[in-house]
Amino acid sequence: MSAPTAAPRTAPRQAGPGQGRAFLGVLGRDLAVTGKEFGSFISQVLVQPFFLLFVFGVVLGQLGYVTPGYAQLLLPGLLALNAFFVAVQATALPLVIDFSYTKEIEDRLLAPLSTRLVAVEKIVFGALRGLFGSLVMIPVGYLVLDEVAWDLAGLPLAALLLVLGSLAGGAAGLVIGTLVSPRRINVVFAVVITPLLFTGSTQFPFLQLGNLRWFQVICALNPITYVSEGLRGALTPSVPHLAGWICLLALLVSCALFGAIGIRGFVRRAID
Amino acid sequence: MSSQTTTLPARPATADDAEPAVEVADLVKRYGRSSRPAVDGLSFAVRRGEVFGLLGPNGAGKTTTVGVLTTRVTKTSGRATVAGIDVSADPVAARAVLGVVPQRPNLDRSLDARGNLVWHAAYHGVPRARRRALADELLERMGLADKATTNPDELSGGQAQRLIIARGLMHDPRVLFLDEPSTGLDPQARLFVHDRVAELAASGVTVVLTTHDMDEAAKLADRVGIVDHGRLLALDTPSALVAALPGEATIDLTLTGADVATLRGRIDAVRGIAGVEDLTGERPDTHLRVRCDGEAGAVLAPVLGAVADAGATVSEVDLGEPTLEDVFIDLTGRGLR
Repeated sequence: MSAPTAAPRTAPRQAGPGQGRAFLGVLGRDLAVTGKEFGSFISQVLVQPFFLLFVFGVVLGQLGYVTPGYAQLLLPGLLALNAFFVAVQATALPLVIDFSYTKEIEDRLLAPLSTRLVAVEKIVFGALRGLFGSLVMIPVGYLVLDEVAWDLAGLPLAALLLVLGSLAGGAAGLVIGTLVSPRRINVVFAVVITPLLFTGSTQFPFLQLGNLRWFQVICALNPITYVSEGLRGALTPSVPHLAGWICLLALLVSCALFGAIGIRGFVRRAID
Repeated sequence: MSSQTTTLPARPATADDAEPAVEVADLVKRYGRSSRPAVDGLSFAVRRGEVFGLLGPNGAGKTTTVGVLTTRVTKTSGRATVAGIDVSADPVAARAVLGVVPQRPNLDRSLDARGNLVWHAAYHGVPRARRRALADELLERMGLADKATTNPDELSGGQAQRLIIARGLMHDPRVLFLDEPSTGLDPQARLFVHDRVAELAASGVTVVLTTHDMDEAAKLADRVGIVDHGRLLALDTPSALVAALPGEATIDLTLTGADVATLRGRIDAVRGIAGVEDLTGERPDTHLRVRCDGEAGAVLAPVLGAVADAGATVSEVDLGEPTLEDVFIDLTGRGLR
């Protein structure tokens, strides 16, 4: 709070800290809050996929309803599912509440950062949570399932697919978070999230759906399909799977499409 | 700041002072397809170090104007600058030099009080090493030193408001915008907020505040712009606005023992009296309102003399100096919104 008589403060001074630092500040806040609430975050991330893994991978296997190789097919699917869903939830729910009730995001909208970059930060933050959510499934899968064998040479491609899948999830979360009113969020989660959960080719291989063509078409519209199928191609190539380049291309298109709609929606909500 | 209602504090004039801290020219904002603009050709300029009040009834366009200036509302046309930066052309640069205290509390409830300040500083690129010391210093100044680790949910309305002001100051803004800063606060909290605003102005920060509270505007603002229907109706120091009111001061008299016609004749004859109204109505005692050209005190003695000459006994005298409220009502009317 310097006195105004000191060295005349002329013309526009340097435009603040530079948007890079502001971006890191906003991202740092979100990460710090996640760190503080780590316990609830980790349980939110683990509980649902753990039960899916346990029932489909272990219980049904022991009862003889699924063949022994099923766990091998299921684990990549669950990694894909968690990458996308944890990202969607991390972005969508807080935004619905922020924009409609608490307005807590306003202070970040007033940071010296373009509003689009605040939206990008939301996608990146959601993606980081999604990525973390999917990575913690790896040790869980190894502990719960006994017959997991991965082709380690596929790890770099798998990592790239998970990053893209998380980003697509974060962007999809931004679309939901900025377009859905809080009164409808429950309905949206029920009618959008549940179908996404079961049409992402997480519990079955996409290419073997030939006899259920209509269902295969629906699955082809779900971005999670391309993460699941891509991961199978990279880690468990013996399971029938879509070609890697198709998966990468489809995920890039998802990121671009959801990103563009989500960022537009965000700017519309942030600025009157 | 005892004289803030008259003129700006005297400061050496520099070339720098020529550029206003905030400038709004022919600003128009129309929401969606609504026929009537929320802001309709508003123009004003705020000098550096000034406390500027935007006064108007609810829905007058004050908050929209502040919204445009703080980059949260896009203008339809016109020009708006803060510290010389065009807020629509370069909102990012504008955000670096302005601070905002919004009408509704919007503290980050995932963080404690100190966290709200420290992270705000991080968004604004304050070096990591300075953030915490700065936060503690501002918590101290705002009387919140013992609330550093409290969650915003557990703060009272006044404490939350002070924390929001502290947050707005963390990045050393050149202009601080306060939207209805003391709405809903108890008298102690209001006074505390008023003192902090006066302190800020004294330290050279330009303050723009919106309010529908006349007393607050008269007390805090160097100059007041009265706004209604998105237009500026008057702009001056509070005292000049009051002085321009027709009718000036009043003396209300309650008396008995003489008829009204005689009394009115006698009082009207006194020099400096603009008129006498009979407000008796159904009351048993006569009740007169005397309008004076100058100060009420100056003509009180001759008026009372004239009343005594008429043989009346005065039971009650009430002097009324016009306030900003009278100016406000005079300009914006009595109708409810």
